[in-house]
Amino acid sequence: MAVQAIDARDAPLVRLVDAVQAARAAHTALEIRGGGTKAFYGEAPRGRPLPVAALAGISSYEPSELVVTARAGTPLAQLEEALAERGQCLPFEAPRFAPGGTVGGMVAAGLSGPARAAAGAVRDHLLGATLLTGRGEIQSFGGQVIKNVAGYDVARLLCGSWGILGLILEVSLKVTAVRPATATLCFDCDEAEAMRRLALLAPRPLPLTASAWHRGRLSLRFAGACAAVDAACAELKGERLAAGAAAAWWQEVRDHRHAFFQLNEAALARGESLWRLSRPATAVIADFGGERFIEWGGALLWWRGVATAAALRAAAAQAGGHATLVRTADKSAGAFAPLGEPLLRIHRRLKEAFDPLAIFNPGRLYPEL
Amino acid sequence: MNSQAAAVDERELFAALAAILPPEAILAGREQTAPYECDALTAYRAVPLAVVLPSSEEQVAATLRACHARRVPVVARGAGTGLSGGALPNPRGVTLSLAKFTKILAVDAAACTATVQSGVRNLAISEAAAPFGLYYAPDPSSQIACTIGGNVAENSGGVHCLKYGMTLHNVLGVRGFTAEGDAVRFGGSALDAAGLDLLAVIVGSEGMLAVITEVTVKLTAKPPLARCIIASFANIESAGRAVAEVIAAGIVPAGLELMDKRMTAAAENFVHAGYDLEAAAILLCESDGSAAEVDEEIARMTAVLAASGATRIEASRDEAERLRFWSGRKNAFAATGGICPDYLCMDSTIPRKRLAEMLLSIQAMESTYGLGCVNVFHAGDGNLHPLILFDAADPEQMRRAELFGADILETSVRLGGTITGEHGVGVEKLNSMCVQFSAAERAQFLAVKRAFDPQELLNPGKAIPTLARCAEYGKMHVHRGLLRFAELARF
Repeated sequence: MAVQAIDARDAPLVRLVDAVQAARAAHTALEIRGGGTKAFYGEAPRGRPLPVAALAGISSYEPSELVVTARAGTPLAQLEEALAERGQCLPFEAPRFAPGGTVGGMVAAGLSGPARAAAGAVRDHLLGATLLTGRGEIQSFGGQVIKNVAGYDVARLLCGSWGILGLILEVSLKVTAVRPATATLCFDCDEAEAMRRLALLAPRPLPLTASAWHRGRLSLRFAGACAAVDAACAELKGERLAAGAAAAWWQEVRDHRHAFFQLNEAALARGESLWRLSRPATAVIADFGGERFIEWGGALLWWRGVATAAALRAAAAQAGGHATLVRTADKSAGAFAPLGEPLLRIHRRLKEAFDPLAIFNPGRLYPEL
Repeated sequence: MNSQAAAVDERELFAALAAILPPEAILAGREQTAPYECDALTAYRAVPLAVVLPSSEEQVAATLRACHARRVPVVARGAGTGLSGGALPNPRGVTLSLAKFTKILAVDAAACTATVQSGVRNLAISEAAAPFGLYYAPDPSSQIACTIGGNVAENSGGVHCLKYGMTLHNVLGVRGFTAEGDAVRFGGSALDAAGLDLLAVIVGSEGMLAVITEVTVKLTAKPPLARCIIASFANIESAGRAVAEVIAAGIVPAGLELMDKRMTAAAENFVHAGYDLEAAAILLCESDGSAAEVDEEIARMTAVLAASGATRIEASRDEAERLRFWSGRKNAFAATGGICPDYLCMDSTIPRKRLAEMLLSIQAMESTYGLGCVNVFHAGDGNLHPLILFDAADPEQMRRAELFGADILETSVRLGGTITGEHGVGVEKLNSMCVQFSAAERAQFLAVKRAFDPQELLNPGKAIPTLARCAEYGKMHVHRGLLRFAELARF
């Protein structure tokens, strides 16, 4: 754990602490802003912008420790490049909706990409975080070691908190080695057949690291030891994509540059929305029109079309999951699935515990928080 | 603390419990509650007002409501195999045993999940999943006996954590009850849930935020083959370096364990595994996967270990040999019981690169405290288990053993590590929490507890020390300047 007093020469940190103290004194809400690449996601940001980009840099990185520590404003691209130079990566493939996203934004949004079902999520790789709380205190939780159960896991609570608990200053992440071999196989099949195939593959010890089904085509990505990837390809056959094309295609899916995820003005004007339905991998959600893009072995269903929020949320809840309204012209239905009691009560008290004056990102996760 | 309010009317409490539970599910009196006086950390004992063994969620909820109304603390308990006193009874409270929650509710092979009641044993999940070629990956050494509910409470690990993660990485959701007795679900059967990731806080919260009755776990495909290498090293430094080299080569071993010379000797004497008794340290390095995958990885591991100065390398040729290689490691604690009357098992994590430094520090502490110490180490995760040898019949030795243990934990913090990697804080490491966290951080932990449990009735007094306790500890203890200005903001 980084244990040191604030260094007065650490200008970016001093400026942030001062800004938060001023906001506390004046009871001003602050909108924490990293790269601004996820402003469209979640509830609309409110408050005076608090730019974090200047608090940047990789604080420590030792490949043999499998840990990297970076300040919140560090561009994700810079971090990923530094890891790639040493043959390592953040295996959860956080989406980069636009260039300029930051490490702090990645953790605050808690979103993971195509590899999530196999490799785990951002939260599974977060080892520690330093937080500037709404009380103006700098606190560190977790650390730089892989196994750590001292105190509640507050660092991981910050993953997906959308900044409502405080300003993330620095994070330590577990990194992994890039796999020696990768292959993508494609199969033409309808959704039901794709789900059947995925259900058969899931319990097998295959190095499956991503799956996607869209418009009658199932794509499976395998990554691991050369022998394991070769064996999977030999057994499953399928159409093997050229390495470069496959990598580019998965990047498009990861970053939502794939056409499915793009809603232009005309689509928005027609009332189309992009929804994210997280569900148990084997849950069935009946066809209600629109178009589907399915990842994570079935556990993530992206849906675009015109539908009422109530119907989608009910379908997701019935399947044992939840639905997030991601891209739309009208977010009056709320971005995230509403919470019931006692969860809402616990959320309110946690917000109060970290940010009693409600300075940080008010309303960004839920209007009442 | 609120829960230290007026003494409870015991007769009235028993009447309330009797209205909820059948007579045989309420234990009271020293002779009935004795088996519940402690967990596996037997140095700490307490007698609860009562032990209750509900058999339904309704009974759990009603018990919690009855205790909440009377401000009676509740300590949830699984198999009582915890090593930090997390399940130590509260003398003014009720111990709520989940021993009757033993149903495996569903195994979904296609989704690779199982939903089980919280009193189900860790190993029983893998047994239920075995017909589908699946298993539950985290394997604490107590897995025959420990319950999944206890694993959730402690975020338990095991020897395969580096590759397969801890409990946190293998639990999708839990169902349980708040201190007020309200049903609540954290996470679910999907890969994420709406709102804050409360499941991340529940896992490892030592029963202080909610009582868990049901757990949905992720199952993992059983690798068709596993093989293990034993490598010998002439000194601790080269063994430590070899661990770093294996990781730096991009290899993720299924297990990577280190035993020092004395531990190896004790284990060899206990199980006759054929260990190299001349080596200063031995490494166990396991690979699992398909046959081709394992052969490829064993070859890479062998090359790296040889280049790092291993003096002897042996790879298991069949399953019987692999199990023999592991037998000494798996029985390390039992073997230690054979070389001294008592031992204190520590559990800290350090950055791997500080391993040699840590072990040399421990050697110096042996003369400082006049006690021996043997070491087993989850080297891949940097998780150290020094076993401090002493005789509990001698109170003076007991006192020195505790000081020795605290010194190891504080040295771990100083080296950039943590006071507990997988056993939890419980009551054992409360003082060491004062060293690892600032007053503001500890206050934040207590605020998190109150967000879930405003009256502080669930397992109060565990895991998070009060400010007063740390002030007291600070007075009697030299902090080596680590937190001399604890009131200052730190970064």
